[in-house]
Amino acid sequence: MIIQLDQGSGGRAMHELIDDIFVSALQNPLLAERNDGAVFEIQGGRMAMTTDSFVVDPIFFPGGNIGSLAVHGTVNDLAMCGAKPLYITAGFILEEGLACSDLRIIVASMAKAAQEAGVQVIAGDTKVVPRGKADKLFINTTGVGIVPAGIDIGGRNARPGDLVFINGTIGDHGMAVLCKREGLAFENEIQSDAAALNGLVELMLDAYCGIHVLRDPTRGGVATTLNEIAEQSGVGIRLFEEALPVREDVLGACEVLGFDPLYVANEGKVLAVVPQKGADAVLAAMKSHPLGRASCLIGEIVSDDPGRVFLRTMIGGHRLVDMLRGEQLPRIC
Amino acid sequence: MKYLDEYRDPQLAKNLIERLRRKAFPKGEIRLMEICGTHTVAIFRSGLRELLPPQIKLISGPGCPVCVTANEDIDRAIWLAEQPGVIITTFGDLVRVPGSSSSLHLKRSTGADVRIVYATLDALQIARENPDRQVVFIGIGFETTAPTIAAAVQQASELGVRNFSVFSAHKLLPPAMRTLLDAHEVKLDGFICPGHVSIVIGAGAYQEIADNYKVPCVITGFEHLDILQGICSLIDQVESGRAEVENRYRRAVTWEGNSAALRLIDEVFEPVDCTWRGIGPIAKSGLGFRPGWKMFDAADRFSMPDIRVKEHPGCRCGEVLRGVMTPPECGLFRKVCSPRDPKGPCMVSGEGTCGAYYRYHKDSGQSSVASG
Repeated sequence: MIIQLDQGSGGRAMHELIDDIFVSALQNPLLAERNDGAVFEIQGGRMAMTTDSFVVDPIFFPGGNIGSLAVHGTVNDLAMCGAKPLYITAGFILEEGLACSDLRIIVASMAKAAQEAGVQVIAGDTKVVPRGKADKLFINTTGVGIVPAGIDIGGRNARPGDLVFINGTIGDHGMAVLCKREGLAFENEIQSDAAALNGLVELMLDAYCGIHVLRDPTRGGVATTLNEIAEQSGVGIRLFEEALPVREDVLGACEVLGFDPLYVANEGKVLAVVPQKGADAVLAAMKSHPLGRASCLIGEIVSDDPGRVFLRTMIGGHRLVDMLRGEQLPRIC
Repeated sequence: MKYLDEYRDPQLAKNLIERLRRKAFPKGEIRLMEICGTHTVAIFRSGLRELLPPQIKLISGPGCPVCVTANEDIDRAIWLAEQPGVIITTFGDLVRVPGSSSSLHLKRSTGADVRIVYATLDALQIARENPDRQVVFIGIGFETTAPTIAAAVQQASELGVRNFSVFSAHKLLPPAMRTLLDAHEVKLDGFICPGHVSIVIGAGAYQEIADNYKVPCVITGFEHLDILQGICSLIDQVESGRAEVENRYRRAVTWEGNSAALRLIDEVFEPVDCTWRGIGPIAKSGLGFRPGWKMFDAADRFSMPDIRVKEHPGCRCGEVLRGVMTPPECGLFRKVCSPRDPKGPCMVSGEGTCGAYYRYHKDSGQSSVASG
């Protein structure tokens, strides 16, 4: 079975598609009500809300697919605000001719990813466009979550003296997608790191609630994300080249293809800017979580050269690390 | 890729740097030119410049193919892109290089069919898929890319692809090295010779430069230890008054070069006089089609008009390419010229000297590296 135009028409075919693939896989009482929107209770406090679109090509890649990525990406955007992610909505734009079996797998992995991350998919939308007007399927999401009291996390909060941590190797997702897309086979297939980071972040905040900045270095990679933080906070950031964790296969693929891992996207990594007094506790918490075993210190916030990121090279020299310019890797998320 | 680790050992590198720092430099400043843009970028990425003793000056040379492509050649490529039914194919950086009044990038956004390819054979494939269109490959590059273009032309001939042609702006590096030395505009005590070009032309290609100009030539790879060892060899030669060709990139470069690649170039192309941006005309420094292959020469296939070239006033790419000036000394650098809005070719290319200074140089707001 393939997706046909009438399945996006709003009529019976669409309702059958929704029941057959979405409602059954996502198993949520609010969703099952089939209303135009979902109504839910919230406690008092602050809400975080985000939206994201997913156009990754190919839709299946080692370590995930566009469905799990949509949940992980949305959950992570909320977690980076210090929020506890609660609900997600998902809008699907399906290309006529998409295999229903593919869609079924994708929605099932969304359901699994949502369950693992402890979030619910509570509303959705489906459109079908003629063949060639989209590429297989695109997903747009909205996510909402609650920010606990006492948490103030934001890109403007980095201060000189703070330390920069990451929860593992960099560049895995971008190289996994690129190698799959271009049909490049290295000794081992590079796996995407795509994962929901809210559990890890919760542990980190439990260990020390005064974390200044949390960011997931997706498109543009670690280099671009740190430049954003440096600009927002008006501080300089110094990275230590010898401390940057890069998997050997990712490094090899980067060498061959001429990429710098610092600019390659991640989907399961968090950069944490932490005041020194909380550093030990945060690092210990990170290492205690399955997604943070390889956590390490990669840099520090400095007062000189505000707005810029430098790298201390492994031989002791320095160079600027600029934001990504142009399009290094289109459609990686 | 583990085999590269041994060329990245930080402790060995620190030892070599210490060795250089302990030297007395009785002959004063030693000026070394890295010809190749890939070396320029590698030097920046390792932060090597600031670690060397102040007596050693590294000067970036003309070894970025995009940067030395003459303005008139860019203008001709743009003219070709304007011709009805033409598909222009080329490597990525070139499309953004500003010509006299436009660029291939701008032409594309107003409707010209300009496609970026990663290999010349891809361009040939586009020609086969579009038999009713003329597909022109804008061929730039040094001895490294020329063999692949010769191979594509030969394949086009074998397959009988008649709608494929190449606009050849290929350049040969040794003639440019001689021209820089002849000009005496900048004092050079040694060359860090390009790694990739040398794989094709071989270490022996520099013998005549070392002999006639008494300038040592050392070929190195691109890891920081490669480059440091190359610098140490050059310093040793300068201090002991020798001028020899040393191959410090033996894992890739032979004395004779890659004979198959050289034969391919020789079958299709012959050396011709050509103009280098910033340097001017250099005898026998370009590659033109041999008579038997002229049917693939875009310059022959299309009757191109005379081009009147206009340089951006204030752009000092010429001085930068000749090693006379460093990018931060240019009035446009960082102020109006940036990778987003490049005024000259050295800012466009990933391997251009200005682009490298812009992206990597810590103090590129000021001129901290003396030159000229």
